[in-house]
Amino acid sequence: MSDIRFTEDHEWIGMDGDIATVGITDYAQQQLGDVVYVELPEAGRKVTKGGDAAIVESVKAASEVYAPVDGEVTEANAALSGNPALVNSAPMGEGWFFKIRVSDKKQVAALMTEAAYKTFIAGLK
Amino acid sequence: MTAIQAESFRRTPLFALHRELGAKMVPFAGYEMPVQYPAGILAEHLHTRGFAGLFDVSHMGQALLVGSGAAAALETLVPGEIQGLAVGAMRYTLFTTPTGGILDDFMVTNAGDHLFVVVNAACKTQDFAHLNKFLRGRCEIVELADKALLALQGPAAAAIMARLAPDSAELRFLTGAAMAVGGISCFVTRSGYTGEDGFEISLPAEAAEKLARRLLAEPEVKPVGLGARDSLRLEAGLCLYGHDINATTTPVEAGLAWTIGKRRRVEGGFAGSEIILRQLTAGVSRRRIGIAPEGRAPARENTPITDRGGRRIGTVTSGGYGPTVEAPLAMGYVETESAAVGTAVQLVVRDVPRPAQVVALPFVKPHYVKG
Repeated sequence: MSDIRFTEDHEWIGMDGDIATVGITDYAQQQLGDVVYVELPEAGRKVTKGGDAAIVESVKAASEVYAPVDGEVTEANAALSGNPALVNSAPMGEGWFFKIRVSDKKQVAALMTEAAYKTFIAGLK
Repeated sequence: MTAIQAESFRRTPLFALHRELGAKMVPFAGYEMPVQYPAGILAEHLHTRGFAGLFDVSHMGQALLVGSGAAAALETLVPGEIQGLAVGAMRYTLFTTPTGGILDDFMVTNAGDHLFVVVNAACKTQDFAHLNKFLRGRCEIVELADKALLALQGPAAAAIMARLAPDSAELRFLTGAAMAVGGISCFVTRSGYTGEDGFEISLPAEAAEKLARRLLAEPEVKPVGLGARDSLRLEAGLCLYGHDINATTTPVEAGLAWTIGKRRRVEGGFAGSEIILRQLTAGVSRRRIGIAPEGRAPARENTPITDRGGRRIGTVTSGGYGPTVEAPLAMGYVETESAAVGTAVQLVVRDVPRPAQVVALPFVKPHYVKG
């Protein structure tokens, strides 16, 4: 996953062939605080760019995680059901949410680069 | 626009200290308050249960009711036994409405020559207006706007307080006295809202930062924000005003009938007493309950509660994750027929019914040090 792209809703997406891994960013996990529950989409579910894909809950509140691009879910991160704190400790690694078969790679290319995302979150502070 | 709004929030005397400690500040009841420090809600919650947490609750309303008629006068507004409170005794009670609802829940202490009351921050303007409206002429109502309030909560609280205020060792759960803490004149009660042993310390605003720093210098103490305060009180089965109780819930429905004094049950004479006392014998159609979801998904406030057949029977009023029980937990109201401990129910979270069970409150055993 050399090229990771970012959304304004603080998801990241990393391509590996036709399959992309999706998670939430370090900035997002910091804003959420301690993650205590994650609800993930089942394999085979079709997701659309900007549509609901997962739920992440901190002690305080539930937040929606959106699909960064159109696609079909191929796998959810089973490790998160037993250890949702992985989202806090390794948001860009072991704390990934789900994988999707991307319908249109151009949608990925249109998302923010890491540099652009850094500039974007700097503007939120 | 944001800056102008931020300016309109009030700050407690510890605002600068919260910032220095790296707190995430949020609007709460008109104040900018720390929701958490860098340790985070989970760590702060567990630290309070294991050691001691320091909470800034200076946003709460403090007042004195002065005069020989104060206790009798206050009894017209609350169902609690106030005239029978011994000097130094503290009680949890409720302002009730003429229709038997709850205007606020609060603590009252007989401080000898006056009553000391502490009310919820979000209700304090309304509460003080209520007191002034109904008690004027019967006692003097003195708002303590220049006082701060610190809460030290947790199993280490007593040992810490003994170092700074040896007299605090005399206090038992729900008693209070004036004493020096670290050389500062305070009114200290052995009380709190976490289910742990602990103290609440009322002191002059200008001395608050000094005492807070002194307490934080003790090895067992860490600062704890409103986020953990909420998860702690929820595990302790304690009501949050405006959520678990409000003007439409009665003390009997809320499971707070224990706050109605024995003499008061016979004599009545408080706002809504006819309705509330009738409910004591006739029963109520809904009850506040504890709920344990069977899965891992937390059920938040306003989550519909159904029976296992899908019929709506109630609503969650507080819900989240309990760091000590390591599971989601909730409180809510259901029809009385479904309120028995062990009843199987469903919580409809994101349109999906999820199995849960009615359980006894509190979710964690309290550690109050009683006389």
